[in-house]
Amino acid sequence: MTKDLSRKDKTLGEALRSQGISRRSFLKFCAATASMMALPPSMIPTIANALEQARRPSVIWLSFQECTGCTESLTRAHTATVESLIFDSISLDYHHTLQAASGHAAEAAREAAMEENHGKYLLVVDGSIPLGNPGYSTIAGISNYDMLMDTAKGAAAIISVGSCAAFGGIPHAKPNPTGAVSVGDIIKDKPIINVPGCPPIPVVITGVLTHFLTFGTIPELDHLGRPKTFYGQSIHDRCYRRPFYDKGLFAETFDDEGARKGWCLYKLGCKGPTTYNACATTKWNGGVSFPIESGHPCIGCSEPNFWDGGGFYKAISIPTENITKTTMYAAAAGVAAGVAIGATGRMKKAAASKAHQKVTIDDLDK
Amino acid sequence: MSEISLPQFNIQIGNELTWNVQPLLHEIRHALGELLQTGKTGVIDLRSIPLAPGEEETIIDTLGCGEVHAKLNALGPSEIYETRFAGVWLITHYNEENNVIGRFIEITGFPDILKSQHEDMAFSLNQLEQALDEGPGSNKTETQAETNT
Repeated sequence: MTKDLSRKDKTLGEALRSQGISRRSFLKFCAATASMMALPPSMIPTIANALEQARRPSVIWLSFQECTGCTESLTRAHTATVESLIFDSISLDYHHTLQAASGHAAEAAREAAMEENHGKYLLVVDGSIPLGNPGYSTIAGISNYDMLMDTAKGAAAIISVGSCAAFGGIPHAKPNPTGAVSVGDIIKDKPIINVPGCPPIPVVITGVLTHFLTFGTIPELDHLGRPKTFYGQSIHDRCYRRPFYDKGLFAETFDDEGARKGWCLYKLGCKGPTTYNACATTKWNGGVSFPIESGHPCIGCSEPNFWDGGGFYKAISIPTENITKTTMYAAAAGVAAGVAIGATGRMKKAAASKAHQKVTIDDLDK
Repeated sequence: MSEISLPQFNIQIGNELTWNVQPLLHEIRHALGELLQTGKTGVIDLRSIPLAPGEEETIIDTLGCGEVHAKLNALGPSEIYETRFAGVWLITHYNEENNVIGRFIEITGFPDILKSQHEDMAFSLNQLEQALDEGPGSNKTETQAETNT
């Protein structure tokens, strides 16, 4: 009998209706979801039909060398409606920070979820994995490496949330005292979706979950394993200050005329041209703004090795003097110029990363 | 009380920053023309377009307000109104904390979200029949939410 179905057996449509959510509300949710996932509004009916039929997947969330900022980002999301619907539609069977169980009961929940849903559960990881010494980070006496390997075996796919899980992040920054590595450095036989950012934008995390629920597949990924929907364009190309860049109008300091007029922050170290993320359009804090809109350059937190990229306030490269002229010559040249500068910037970033000297306690005391 | 001089960022001097306002208004014009000629509806997601602070307001001001103004209460409020251009609707969805979670311009005769949905009507039919069985005035008809909690 339908009424006897456990929550896990229900489709998302059934689960929502049992919570008294009308079809109209559901359509509104789907419209917000399509917008969040940067899908054309014409996809709204497709999303609605697919989500209605989706069944609640089991999700196991492992936290390794991390600061819990990724979980904070997700749970402090302002689009509470969307997030709560997503979490109503998954079965979050293990998450240190959020679960009520502790100790042996918590580990038993993880093992039970792995057994019950073998081959079907989603594994979400935040934090990097220390290879230097297993004792650097353990959970219930199990090293991060062992827990990852054990839990990854039966996962349908892995979502590496945050720059630490995706690329090693801050623990991986030089001198990398724990030998921190990313999930992708260890796991080679499972589909891995990288959702970097420090932290990632909340709706990007839920957007990936929604994509999996909606289409039953992992989204199209870029060369760094990031979903193209959210990481397909650079911050620079989607930045509302971009026209100032094209005109050669830059803030030179944080308190000069250019800064007050909202000119481009390129010369103040903005990593927008080499950074791929959705901040410029999705924004933060319920769509209020994003770092550049608040007057601060992008620090490139969703890129590999962003911490060793040569200084947050150091320009990635100096624009050519005739950038305006170049742009004028090429109609729609904005993108081309951005790509060229971006390539130069990436080269410079790589060089800076290579040349970066480790900082000692003595240096910090100076 | 003396006025505190706050630093102001993102001040727009002169022309629009992104130049996306005019093209977007032209897109609406073309979509409206197509709706008239072929009946094909269109939707523009305002959040998918990079707009500088103030530019979204410019678009909304240009479109103005028309004759129809509706409010939904579905997982948070939604505001739907026909602009001063018939067939061009502005739809803003909020979550329960009143944050905007989606803003669309729909070019259509009537937005789908306003129509009663088949599943909801089927549920309502059931509820109405129950109410009639119990007799008029019993007022025991439960809302969809109450039934399922």
